[in-house]
Amino acid sequence: MGSSYVTHAAGYVDNGGPKLVTSRFGYEDSHTLARFEATGGYVGLKAAMAKRPAEVHSQVREATLLGRGGAGFPAGVKWGFCPEGVWPRYLVVNGDESEPGTYKDRLLMERDPHQLIEGCLIACYALGLSQCFLYVRGEMALAQERIATALNEAYAAGYVGREILDSDFSVDIVLHWGAGAYIVGEETALIESLEGNRGMPRLKPPYFPAAIGLYGKPTIVNNVETLANLPWILEHGAAAYRRYGSESSPGTRMFAVSGHVNRPGVYEVEQGVTTFRDLFYGEEFCQGIRGGHELKMFIPGGGSAPWFFEEHLDVALEAADVGAAGSMLGSGAIIVMDDSTDAVKACHRLVRFFARESCGKCSPCREGTGWEEKILQRILDGHGRPSDIDLLLDVGDNISPGPYPVAAHATEGLDAVPFPPRQTTICPLGPSSVAPIVSTIRRFRHEFEAKITRGDTIPVSAAPVTAGGN
Amino acid sequence: MTFFDTDNERLAHEVIDRYPRARSAAIPLLHLAQEQEGWVTPAAMVQIAELIGSTPAEVLGTASFYEMFKFHPVGRYVVNVCTNISCQLLGGEELLEHAETSLGVRAGGTSDDGLFTLEDVECVAACTEAPCFTVNYRYFHRATTGSFDEVVADIRAGRSPMQRGDAGDDGDLPEHGTLGRVRQHISDDRRAGVEAPENVTGAPLWLAADRNGEG
Amino acid sequence: MSPLEVGDQVSIVVDGETVLANPGELLIDACERTGTYIPRFCHHTRMRPVGMCRMCIVDVDTGRGAALQPSCMLACTPGMVVETESDRTRKAQDGVLEFLLINHPLDCPVCDKGGECPLQDQTMAFGPGESRFVEEKRHFEKPIKVNDNVNLDRERCILCDRCTRFADEVAGDKLIHFMARGSQTQINTFPDLPFSSYFSGNTVQVCPVGALTALPYRFKARPWDLEEVESTSTLDSVGSRISVQSSRDRVLRFQGVDADAVNWGWLSDKERFVFEAYDHEDRMATPLLKGDALGNRTPDGSELVAAPWNEALDVAAEALRAAPADRIAVVGGARLTNEAQYAWAKLAKGVLGTDHVDSQLGDGLPADLLLALPRATIDEACTPGGTIVLLGPDPKEELGALYLRLRHAVVHDGATLIELTQCRTGLTEDATHSLRVQPGEAAEVVSAMFGGAPSAGSSGRSVGDVTAAGELLAAATGPVTVLLGRSSLAEAAGPVVDAALALHDHLPDARFLSLLRRGNVHGAMDMGLAPGLLPGRATLADADRFVDVWPGVPDVVGRDTLATLEAASNGEVDVLVLLGADLLADVPDGDLARRALNGAGTVIAIDLFATETVASADVVLPAAGPTEVDGTFTNLEGRVSQVTRKVTSPGTSRPDWMIAVDLADRLGVDLGFMSAADIWAELTAVSAVHAGFSTEAIAADSTEGVVVTGGLALVRPEPTAIPARQPSALRLIATRSMYDTGVMVAHSPSLAGLAPGARAALEPTEMRRHGVADGEVVDLVGPKGTVQVPVVADAGVAAGTVHLLVNQPGVDVVAMLDAGAPVTDVKLVRR
Repeated sequence: MGSSYVTHAAGYVDNGGPKLVTSRFGYEDSHTLARFEATGGYVGLKAAMAKRPAEVHSQVREATLLGRGGAGFPAGVKWGFCPEGVWPRYLVVNGDESEPGTYKDRLLMERDPHQLIEGCLIACYALGLSQCFLYVRGEMALAQERIATALNEAYAAGYVGREILDSDFSVDIVLHWGAGAYIVGEETALIESLEGNRGMPRLKPPYFPAAIGLYGKPTIVNNVETLANLPWILEHGAAAYRRYGSESSPGTRMFAVSGHVNRPGVYEVEQGVTTFRDLFYGEEFCQGIRGGHELKMFIPGGGSAPWFFEEHLDVALEAADVGAAGSMLGSGAIIVMDDSTDAVKACHRLVRFFARESCGKCSPCREGTGWEEKILQRILDGHGRPSDIDLLLDVGDNISPGPYPVAAHATEGLDAVPFPPRQTTICPLGPSSVAPIVSTIRRFRHEFEAKITRGDTIPVSAAPVTAGGN
Repeated sequence: MTFFDTDNERLAHEVIDRYPRARSAAIPLLHLAQEQEGWVTPAAMVQIAELIGSTPAEVLGTASFYEMFKFHPVGRYVVNVCTNISCQLLGGEELLEHAETSLGVRAGGTSDDGLFTLEDVECVAACTEAPCFTVNYRYFHRATTGSFDEVVADIRAGRSPMQRGDAGDDGDLPEHGTLGRVRQHISDDRRAGVEAPENVTGAPLWLAADRNGEG
Repeated sequence: MSPLEVGDQVSIVVDGETVLANPGELLIDACERTGTYIPRFCHHTRMRPVGMCRMCIVDVDTGRGAALQPSCMLACTPGMVVETESDRTRKAQDGVLEFLLINHPLDCPVCDKGGECPLQDQTMAFGPGESRFVEEKRHFEKPIKVNDNVNLDRERCILCDRCTRFADEVAGDKLIHFMARGSQTQINTFPDLPFSSYFSGNTVQVCPVGALTALPYRFKARPWDLEEVESTSTLDSVGSRISVQSSRDRVLRFQGVDADAVNWGWLSDKERFVFEAYDHEDRMATPLLKGDALGNRTPDGSELVAAPWNEALDVAAEALRAAPADRIAVVGGARLTNEAQYAWAKLAKGVLGTDHVDSQLGDGLPADLLLALPRATIDEACTPGGTIVLLGPDPKEELGALYLRLRHAVVHDGATLIELTQCRTGLTEDATHSLRVQPGEAAEVVSAMFGGAPSAGSSGRSVGDVTAAGELLAAATGPVTVLLGRSSLAEAAGPVVDAALALHDHLPDARFLSLLRRGNVHGAMDMGLAPGLLPGRATLADADRFVDVWPGVPDVVGRDTLATLEAASNGEVDVLVLLGADLLADVPDGDLARRALNGAGTVIAIDLFATETVASADVVLPAAGPTEVDGTFTNLEGRVSQVTRKVTSPGTSRPDWMIAVDLADRLGVDLGFMSAADIWAELTAVSAVHAGFSTEAIAADSTEGVVVTGGLALVRPEPTAIPARQPSALRLIATRSMYDTGVMVAHSPSLAGLAPGARAALEPTEMRRHGVADGEVVDLVGPKGTVQVPVVADAGVAAGTVHLLVNQPGVDVVAMLDAGAPVTDVKLVRR
């Protein structure tokens, strides 16, 4: 089967594989109710409503649907954390996609908003969630319009709102706009933002959303893509779902591959059976590194992920494998960098992102990410000092203490240090800034040293106390 | 204190009524205020505070956390050039430099004719179509210096540049502040109904009718 | 706090030692209490934990392996193993402090906080020796004013969230907030909306760095220059615990001290900054006698001139000796310490033989009623889940520290509040029922609450609310406390008394907490400065307790203040002694006060400042202020706590009790006191209710104080009849605001300009009825005078009423009141 770039779903490439969530992307009017109903839309909802809510929950759990937002936590298990007898419960859809390297949720919202709505309805039905808030990133104007239109259509057609399909299942889905802050993608920050506050994460414990969430009530926070999988699962069943992908990571995922490949794009890929090599070099995927260049490094899962290198090309696109190799799949944002890339500059760019997006609530991230960025900028500007490299690592250690997750490297004799990192911070944003630093210094220390021109040092009064060293 | 015009005030109440707590409407109302004026004025924040039962300091505290809210007048077209990693790898910084030259402003500034504000932003979510810029949050994929200039020329000439975006988005380019050209409306006869959380004591109807001990 | 059984406690291991934590206790608190200090910034025991600064992270193993966790967010669980000094912990502490310091300016040499700065102290104790930061720090304009008395230096701020949490959770004044994001985050106010909170000074005290500083203290001293003693605020009747700090014999600062039973460490800004008044150059330093322009003392002189003590005392004593007991009256005394009050009670009642003694100024409630009703403590009133009935003034305006306690109970501890008030209060938003009561109608409303016939009432509240409130009260399971006070000076005490008795009858288990506001007025009642009472909550019938100690005891109950002033105006008072009493400002009948001062023979004023009242006296004796005397104070709960001398009183001013001793001496009587301690010792001998509390016992628990219990038998007065309001008139509500032209505020430069100003608040339909526009200046014609004042619309004011603030610049409200009338009707006349 051939693969093709779908022009009206900018960036999406139909790679000829199974389509559990992108099945309608080929249609120009894929976002309309008419097309949705004509292509099996709301069948999954009807299947769910024909079951008892608890059965729907069991089915989702059985399917082992892993969260698609970055943490990869099984949705069915998360759903089970709501305490008995505490009402009301809410569904908050995390559509605040801001991770550098991917925009799969944007595509799902623009191209198939009804599928998302259907997924929300299924979740609400299963768990007794009495209101759903669809939090869409503020900068995604078209996505908001498509969802607004779809909601208006769905309400009018009786799929959303009071007495859905003439049953006693009633739920309102409210479109809520974000306003531009990466940190709000963290689930407790999302809830804070939805309450009208600054989007600063809450401490977990005790504020696990399923226990204490929106307005202090049990709240399920699910990613857009996670919910978009529900219609297919309810229509075809958990067993059918598990026939795709791998044992521990069934189904498909949307991966965005950007950077120095010949055909960057968003692909729906079967988990576990595809490797990075397949993805980068496959004819149906990215068709190799551009312009005769060689692969230098790649980020397997978004800005927070430790970097991979050539020796990791045969790792399968599956959370467990990637984790064991010392990184994370995150939200499926893969960034490929070839040999023309300045590693120090790339590192700085990511650290600067985290510094700009830090919410400011806790000291290590607020101060530490800014400090890291300033040191890197100074190095790039030609005023680096020899002590800066170890200083960077130690600052990182004070944000994320102990051995930082690193990818295995056979020739360097490194064993992988698995994800996630420890944190002195409230949330993982601060530790995320350490990933590019550790990855690039470990591998490309010579590039840093080449940029350092000064001879003086900043005294480091205490040697970093870390187990295993950085 | 009244900032919102009649229609927007009515809309503000409609929005507030969708939430179990009025405070949750803070961000939607800030967007509405920005849509009316082009930026978020102190008067807007004072009225929003009254409408949602908060104080102006809290509303400013919330608003100032987020990138999209502007606290001084900006151009009618806000041009955001992404320089995050995927775009940087494919020329995002060069695009920004070109934009500065082409528009005659440094990043962060507004052109003298009040038409354009240029910003250097973080990932706009179009990474495979790098380098990318947005104008009033409408995408322009796989940008080149040439395509950038064409978009600017269209805007100056009063033509819609949307087709050039290659983002499946068309129609007119809204001015800064307008997010969705379509709004959600929930009609009274279809609304399921919103309750303050403290007034809800039991499981919702369809679940209560079917409790089999499962949470 | 209730005693715990060993079985309740939680056993944990801290640095190898077993420690017993209290149930629900946070790890950081349990460690501190048992001797292990964990550094912290954002943690504050009186505010919700937020875990933001990350300074308190320590190695904690709750069974799933050791991990660095914030100890301020963890409740102790059995078997928890904690290492506060592991290598990992130390490195994290070094790291957090280094992070906090990288953007922190090197301001220590010019920063007020230096020397008492938790950031300095914890960096020295827990932080690295140097910083490795060589980049540019972030900058803000420094400092900016967030209100008239508080400066903010945003560069110093470590974003610990204490000030915003205080403003939000404790005070309910959400006027400062985090702004912007990331390392550009700052605290700020909304433009042109300053941090106008009555409690802003507390944010200065809780700020762990020099970001928030108080202007009254700015650049005045270094902490190591200061001497301090713990004392009690005597400004209002809450008796907040304070630390009095001085340098070179001048008081420079008050800080709040955490008394668990009283103020929790909080102070109103008025209590906090009023030290400026005690230190003011206008404090009277010498006695004054009538004299001429050249300073000669002449009995018929028109001026007041300086005089030596012996001469002034001679003149005063001569007047007292010449007057028959029945023609001597003593008014005031709420400003005095318990000991001084006792000394004056003994002088007036025991030596001079007069029972025309009253510490209140016609603006309070009868002492014998307050001492007869069952009393509650603040803790009891604030019982979680309890019920509170407010039948009195707005605590936010009159008793700031109490307001914070009440607010906490209602907002955070599930207490239910029912207001029976004439206007909105600072607690109305959080009240379950806020019934707007017309002046004079409170007793009727109470009756209606419990099923009595609803009145033809015009107050605009629905009958439904009244019934619902009554049902709620009747069904209340926890403690019910009635906060009882005079809400309005335009309403006599009678209607309030009637309402209080009605509540007492319908809710026999309810307890009362007095809201009388003036300083040590409760001590005055306990010390017998009220007609018919003797020290120790005794009546004249208990004369036998005083037999060997006092020369005598009056046998006829005397006049209260209003009756005394009436008698004085009729020429029936030869000597009128004013103990810190500002009659012209505080008596709710300015005309009566003026006639009394003119009609009295000799007026002897003992006070701190030369108010207009004092200026009309014949003999003026300067008294020492509360930072200049030792003694005790009794708060509105009946709680006795220490007042401690720290500085010398100005000039030759002297403690009030000494003045009493000197006068008695000239009358040939030795009162028998050489010190405040002597007085307290005698009190414990004559007073049954004070008998158990020696000076040592009070000193031993000085922060919490001791509650004196016991009371009188209830004697019911006749109910007060309320005349109907003429439709063309408005019924007046006259209340106090926190800041006014009162003598203490006026002499505190930081507070003097804060009075909100006079305005007449009218309900909007009422405004339309009278045809007045918002802001229009009108005449309000009262029974004894007229005031000109602008009108403002206020939907919170009941129809048929008009609400004025008393003691505002340029408008003399008390001059238009008639203390003889149960309620005051005014006419609004357009100019």
